[in-house]
Amino acid sequence: MKKAQIECLMKTADNIRLSVLRGTYLAGSGHPGGSLSIADLLAYLYFKEMKIDPANPRDPERDRLVLSKGHAAPALYGVLAERGYFAKEEIDTLRKIGSRLQGHPDMKNTPGVDMTTGSLGQGISAACGMALGAKKTNQTYRVFAILGDGELNEGQVWEAAMFASHFKLDNLCAFIDVNGLQIDGTTAEVMNTAPIDQKFKAFGWNTLCIDGHNFEEIENALDSFANCKDKPTAIVMNTIKGKGVSFMEGKVNWHGASPKEADYQTAVLEITQRLEGNCHE
Amino acid sequence: MSNKIATREAYGDALVELGKDHSFFVLDADLAEATKTVKFKNAYPDRHIDCGIAEANMISVAAGLAAAGHVAYASTFAMFAAGRAFEQIRNSVAYPKLNVKIGATHGGITVGEDGATHQCLEDLALMRTLPGMTVINPADAIEAKKAVEAAYAINGPVYMRFGRYPVPVLFDEQYSFEIGKGVKMTDGTDVTLVATGIMVSIALEAAELLKAEGIKAEVINIHTIKPLDRELILASAHKTGAIVTAEEHSIIGGLGSAVAECVCENHPVPVFRVGIEDQFGQSGGVVELLTAYKLTPAHIAAKAKEAIANK
Repeated sequence: MKKAQIECLMKTADNIRLSVLRGTYLAGSGHPGGSLSIADLLAYLYFKEMKIDPANPRDPERDRLVLSKGHAAPALYGVLAERGYFAKEEIDTLRKIGSRLQGHPDMKNTPGVDMTTGSLGQGISAACGMALGAKKTNQTYRVFAILGDGELNEGQVWEAAMFASHFKLDNLCAFIDVNGLQIDGTTAEVMNTAPIDQKFKAFGWNTLCIDGHNFEEIENALDSFANCKDKPTAIVMNTIKGKGVSFMEGKVNWHGASPKEADYQTAVLEITQRLEGNCHE
Repeated sequence: MSNKIATREAYGDALVELGKDHSFFVLDADLAEATKTVKFKNAYPDRHIDCGIAEANMISVAAGLAAAGHVAYASTFAMFAAGRAFEQIRNSVAYPKLNVKIGATHGGITVGEDGATHQCLEDLALMRTLPGMTVINPADAIEAKKAVEAAYAINGPVYMRFGRYPVPVLFDEQYSFEIGKGVKMTDGTDVTLVATGIMVSIALEAAELLKAEGIKAEVINIHTIKPLDRELILASAHKTGAIVTAEEHSIIGGLGSAVAECVCENHPVPVFRVGIEDQFGQSGGVVELLTAYKLTPAHIAAKAKEAIANK
């Protein structure tokens, strides 16, 4: 991967982060921590990997993304706005009455949202349905799902893990955002799901462990997904909750709390200082 | 009324018939033999998806199929569809208005010997609270078959309740079924018996008992609990001035509640509810259970006289 391309993706990810911060700051609520940890992944998927057309968000042949950890909606809205599904100004309406940008993703309301999610554990099952539908009807689209590590507490995730493997859904790629924190504390303290990679492996998945903030590792993992036949792929990503805003990084209290004025300005300053110019495709 | 068929049999047959011309999927949770989707499985193995004993996943998989543009019929016992997977139905199917048809078999107490854990008495109540959910509880095999077809024809979620136990066939193939339109089975002026599902044939027997005592009962078949045929119910309330509801379901939240809500707000008349009286079922033979839980012609007739006395 070229250095310029990596820099470009980093900038896109930082722009997504600015949307996350602005949306949750103006809303006075939301989930910035787990949104910031997947900003890099979303930048990569929507700007490099997925076959999509923002002008035709319902194209039956498009690749799909199911944000199973639906509370990271601010990041999804951020990348959709960057990609041109709707105007960036609409981020200001996040979580407000009458807005198309609901607190959790709503496929009926928001252009580019492929599945309604928010209740944990259900998105990965829906992604399985989409992937199986493609296989049964000889469609070539792929389905990406993003799950939280806390979300793995939900039993339904493992029902879906069985299902995807049983039906050999090699057109399904699930990313596990292992930021190590859930609402009541660290995942190790609250409900230990380690070793995550070995669990998915035992369920019959093609499993990889990567740094979720490293674009080259994301690229390599997606190569493995593309080349793996008859198995779904699980990409277990080590990430930092609150990534990209130094005072939020690794702090559980930023799971479900929005930044207030002073914190917001500090965070925006940090990111804008990193950003130089704009190099969207 | 000598011919008896379980509505679940009709469900399986209807899916096979419908599958000839339409390319939908049928999902099951290791109960294909019991729900009768095995008939579809045998006819179209590529379009039958057995999800194993994992109902929550099955409903969300159906939602994913629907989100990708397919129609999906998801089947299991009513207990594990409306009960176990309620929240999946609410959040992944009803909220996004997806085209998932839930074929819930083994509804009600006539599950019989399996007992209380498998006798779903709450599904109509649960499903009817969901915005945009169509809730159908057919009275016989013909109505069940027509309901499966009608559900396909509309865009959006539908909950269909079918029974395990053979019940009398009331209609013939010429019967015209329309979602949301109740059916007046007999004309009467003294009392209205509003029944749903297997209680329709039992209500017709109750009307015969009443007739012998000179009481003219109007029997209405409400196969669609939601949207409710308010017009038909209110017209009958105006005419008879007394209503008894009959359902193989808790008296809380189902048909009785829906009818009472409608009548109270528009034309208050006495409404008496026949159903399972706020208790769980138990193991037993179907006829014994129907008698023990007062889902009988005699009990409906007694309630009818009580309703008339309260006019």
